[in-house]
Amino acid sequence: MQKIGNQTIKFDTPPTILQTASIVGPKEADGPLAKYFDNCLEDEFWGENSWEKAESKIIKETVNTLISKSGLSSENIDYCFAGDLLNQCISSSFGLRELNIPFFGIFGACSTFVEALMLGAIFIEGGAGQNAICAASSHFCSAEKQFRFPLELGNQRPQSSQWTVTGSGAAIVSKDGAGPYITNITPGKIVDMGIKDANNMGAAMAPAALDTLLTHFKDTRTLSKLL
Amino acid sequence: MEPIETKKDYQNYVDKKSPNSPIIKNCFNAFWVGGLICSIGQIIFNYCRFRGIDLQTSNTIVSIILIGISAFLTGLNLFNRIGKFAGAGSLVPITGFANSIVSPAMEYKSEGYVMGVGGKMFTVAGPVLVFGISASIVVGILYLIFNTQSITLV
Repeated sequence: MQKIGNQTIKFDTPPTILQTASIVGPKEADGPLAKYFDNCLEDEFWGENSWEKAESKIIKETVNTLISKSGLSSENIDYCFAGDLLNQCISSSFGLRELNIPFFGIFGACSTFVEALMLGAIFIEGGAGQNAICAASSHFCSAEKQFRFPLELGNQRPQSSQWTVTGSGAAIVSKDGAGPYITNITPGKIVDMGIKDANNMGAAMAPAALDTLLTHFKDTRTLSKLL
Repeated sequence: MEPIETKKDYQNYVDKKSPNSPIIKNCFNAFWVGGLICSIGQIIFNYCRFRGIDLQTSNTIVSIILIGISAFLTGLNLFNRIGKFAGAGSLVPITGFANSIVSPAMEYKSEGYVMGVGGKMFTVAGPVLVFGISASIVVGILYLIFNTQSITLV
């Protein structure tokens, strides 16, 4: 691998995404993507007695589904990169404690999953292993409880407020495979344009997303190829 | 479009692009639901007075009944729906105060009765209590200083 441009890493032998799995909550199951998920839950608790435990179960079952779909045994998986939104990343660390795979707990809020994929790809391409699990989870109820107000509070949500996904997604990044490949990665910078409204996460994140995309296209010269 | 350079430009751009809350609809719903809650309170009050209960006790009975109903509806997961519809109409009367204490108590029950329910119960209503009680103490002291008649009465 080598660094190209300002922020981008180009892989010489691109790692492949071998298999993916996802489990989502009831609201996500109502949407147009429902048929692509491995499992759609009917309620937010999934038989547990707290939302945090439910979120742990969601990421645990997602990773189990992923491993069984991939046909690999867990001894053949060298690393696990995972994170979530809660304090100390409790959903991933409690959810994946029985996995017996070296674990990197990561936090990148909305970018956690892509951050996991990037780190996994660097490890695999660097020759540190054959397969890495990259996963992330969130839960609407546990996120609201941690960052905003209790769900039963009778307040009105502004039009710009966001809805945290209930669910988990996981992928195996592997050295060999038929693709899709991770060819280039561009870690983004923190771009703070001073948005202080906790109910307008879109406006807070958009400048960083735009900056990362433009840098990626510039570094990989994709834009000049397209135009 | 002009390129956005400064934080202020971006804030203006966001304000322009963000969808506004439907203020007229919200005000209308807040008005009639809030009015309805207050009317229910008045009906309870008038009934208490009709049954010959004194003024202060009647006031207390109204508060207790409204708080009880609000806490009960919160527990049934209904009050947040009323609140979503009526906004300030259900939050400003005493019903909203009851909801703001019961909802964290329910939310944090999973963390145990002492550190969860007990410790987190006032996360929403806490500031109102702290500054409300502090303000009343300040006003009381000022009253004591400037109203010399009250001192002679004491």
